[in-house]
Amino acid sequence: MEFFSNTNIDFLGKKWYFLAFSLVFSVAGLFSLLFWHHIPYGVDFRGGTLVYVKFSHTPNDNALRAAMDRAGLHNAKIQRFGPVSDNEELIDLDVQETSEQALDQGKTKIINTLAVNAPAGKQDLNNSSFLTIKNYLMDKDPMHLGSDADQKYSQQAQAIVNTRDKVQGGVLSSFDQLKSAVDPAVVASLPDAFFLSDYGVFNVEIVGPQVGAQLRRQALLATAYSLLGMLIYLGFRFELIYGIAAVVTVFHDTLITVGAFSLLNKEISLTVIAAILTLIGYSNNDTIVVFDRIRENIKLMRREKLSEIVNRSINQTLSRTILTAGLTFLTVLALYLFGGEVLRGFSLALVIGILIGTYSSIAIAAPILVAYQDWRIEKGKRPSAMAGRAK
Amino acid sequence: MNKNLLWKLGLIVAVLLVFLFGIFGIPQSFSGSGLLDAMTKRINLGLDLRGGTHLILQVQVNDAVNIDSDNAIEVLKEQLNKRKITFADISKPDAQNAPDHVVLKGVPPEARKDLLDIVSERLPEYDLGSGSDNSFTLTMKPQMLSELKTKAVTQAIETIRNRIDSLGVSEPTIQEHSLGQYQILVQLPGVDDPGRVKDIMQSTAMLEIKQVLGGPYASEQAALQEKGGVLPPDAMLLPGHAASGAAAGEEAWYLVSRVSAVRGKDLRDAQASTDQNGQPDVSFTLTGEGGQRFYAFTSAHVGDSLGVVLDGKVQEVANIKEAIRDTGTISGGSMNQQQAKDLSMILRSGALPAGIKYLEERSVGPSLGTDSIRAGVRAAIVGMLAVLIFMLIYYRAAGINADIALLLNLVILLGFMGYFDAVLTLPGIAGVILTVGMGVDSNVLIFERIREELRNGKTPPSAVDQGFSHAWITIVDTHVTTIVSAAILFLFGTGPVKGFAVTLTFGLLANLFTAVFVSRVIFDWILSRKERGEALSI
Repeated sequence: MEFFSNTNIDFLGKKWYFLAFSLVFSVAGLFSLLFWHHIPYGVDFRGGTLVYVKFSHTPNDNALRAAMDRAGLHNAKIQRFGPVSDNEELIDLDVQETSEQALDQGKTKIINTLAVNAPAGKQDLNNSSFLTIKNYLMDKDPMHLGSDADQKYSQQAQAIVNTRDKVQGGVLSSFDQLKSAVDPAVVASLPDAFFLSDYGVFNVEIVGPQVGAQLRRQALLATAYSLLGMLIYLGFRFELIYGIAAVVTVFHDTLITVGAFSLLNKEISLTVIAAILTLIGYSNNDTIVVFDRIRENIKLMRREKLSEIVNRSINQTLSRTILTAGLTFLTVLALYLFGGEVLRGFSLALVIGILIGTYSSIAIAAPILVAYQDWRIEKGKRPSAMAGRAK
Repeated sequence: MNKNLLWKLGLIVAVLLVFLFGIFGIPQSFSGSGLLDAMTKRINLGLDLRGGTHLILQVQVNDAVNIDSDNAIEVLKEQLNKRKITFADISKPDAQNAPDHVVLKGVPPEARKDLLDIVSERLPEYDLGSGSDNSFTLTMKPQMLSELKTKAVTQAIETIRNRIDSLGVSEPTIQEHSLGQYQILVQLPGVDDPGRVKDIMQSTAMLEIKQVLGGPYASEQAALQEKGGVLPPDAMLLPGHAASGAAAGEEAWYLVSRVSAVRGKDLRDAQASTDQNGQPDVSFTLTGEGGQRFYAFTSAHVGDSLGVVLDGKVQEVANIKEAIRDTGTISGGSMNQQQAKDLSMILRSGALPAGIKYLEERSVGPSLGTDSIRAGVRAAIVGMLAVLIFMLIYYRAAGINADIALLLNLVILLGFMGYFDAVLTLPGIAGVILTVGMGVDSNVLIFERIREELRNGKTPPSAVDQGFSHAWITIVDTHVTTIVSAAILFLFGTGPVKGFAVTLTFGLLANLFTAVFVSRVIFDWILSRKERGEALSI
């Protein structure tokens, strides 16, 4: 089977279309970055509090919002997390709700707001930790154990936590649900000290302003160092202009990807930055494959014009370019569709980036080389050999 | 089959076995669940997959500096008095931001020599400078200052580790957080409700025993009024609770001596116990040296009151009936059994050299971790199958070759993780999937090149040879650039992102071996079985 053999497309002839296409997307992204959604920082970078809550019934967003408002959390953003059937909500507070003294004050407020009908003096089993449950069992000793109580009650507490979190998905709606895994005496004693609320907090992220700023700086540095690393390596392996062309191309990809996140108002988290750095590597792969072929063909076709050589090289590697992009795209698409809610932003960045990265090595990187050569000739200098120093 | 080929095949099988061992070790059984068990023992899951808490703490290193400079002020006063040098005032103008900066005012100019002697003999870690109007400044030597701060962080890590260990949290990570200044990273697997652990870690547990000079007073103002608006220079006011009388249990203030008779480091042991009324309390024992000091103090102050002060709050006030050598109790009113246990544990673990503040808190419940693993593995299987099937259809027999290389790539990647104790995170699973996508690129590059050479009329053996040698240069370049990105991610990332960088790097390294070496051996083997001139299925 073969999709592309002996293609002969004049890619360089279409460079103005490519330029127009790239400009439209870059400018749209830039516009959104500057004037519309700006950079939609995730909690890692802007600081703030995210509390993920699972309910035992379908929650009413409006009622929840009203409750948060009454508790003084006026800027709380409440959104569904995952499919409706999961009954999961994400409550998002901005950085003002964290304080120097008590980083988790926002989280405490949310939990106090949710725990409306708590019986006095009892703890909520759905939000109790293993240590709390074990301590209670050790104090109460419902199984009347002697010497090995510590180990036995550790097991029992673990069984309770496991049933709640792994079997029931995070929320117990009745003590009876514990019966299959936990000793009956323990189950019978639990209601003395515990009650069951209708929710469980299953994930909390709190980032103070200081760490947010720290992470922002690091993400920027990491991206900059990554680009610099490429420039140096390619300058060393090929020629400086190849390095510059590759870095401009990758910068173009990064801008469009970040721009797309801004346009879609999707949050940029730490993992999205990881995805963007991966794209820098991936897009470079693509560019290098084309450049390698150009370098090889320059030696073979000494009489031809550079634009002719570049066109030929792109066509020769087109089959590989499309296949690899297609296959990587398949895996990334699988991630996007099946990888779950936590990886959604990460895989979205990869989905966008692989499309753009593949396009740009043909449409941006190669034309830059030709444009540079034309510019040198125009200035009356000898055309650069372009062959690169390496083998 | 020729000898060279046999040797290479042997090498591949050996590598396969070595890395399979890296993944599974020697499993108890070879059933599906037995293998899974063996694998989870070898490959560590990150907090985002197994559930747990991740905290970043800031050590308030200036606290430690303040303690040192307070001490220096005491030494200075004592020495000045001893040498009968008059002075107007010793103070720290900006204890918040320049805690090592002590200003001494109103010293006669002729005392300069004495002052220099005092500093070089008793306070060698300070520099003495002179200012205008007979004032002098003491500042800590920069090297000493940075050492003191670093030491505060190391000590804080040590103390926090002791406390967490005695709570029974398994496999905690407590280390300096290299991305920030004076920060500590704490990871507690399996702890998804960090409330109590956080309180225990944050408690400074600074225990002091001081002489009580007056009180209880209803408020700070009341105390000041009683003393005529000015406190004696060697005394201070601390909050606490009234022990008896009409206002028992209400907030009250005590006038106590500035100097402590006993400090936290004089403590040898602390245990939760109960008093004669069955109320939980904490009893403590002092070290030999601390005990001697305590004995001297109590002998001299029979009939006076002493106060047990914890973190700047008076917990207990008692009358000294006789000289006490080395024991005492803290009850502080309404402690419950759990609080008594925690307090004794905190006291045993030692005081924090400085206060700490939380900067970041993330906790992942086990249910989310389980969901994430399920989703990640599902995406990995779907993605892999799609690639494997496509390669078979597109390259026919050579597709088998690529598929073998890909599977081996995966085995080596996971084996690496097992050997290096690397942590598998959710983005790490994504890295595994991405490795499949990007790893297949090497095969595609080589195969496309072989097809091209075949089209140009080369014989299969020479096409294979040319295909590999031309593609090799490109493959090295592409791998190096991606590994550069991954290395930078590793340096700048934390937790989950670091896990991603690790799997991506291992995956790409493994790919160099599988896509180039293994794939080549398989081609050579196929070619060696073919008649000369027979076509290659690619």
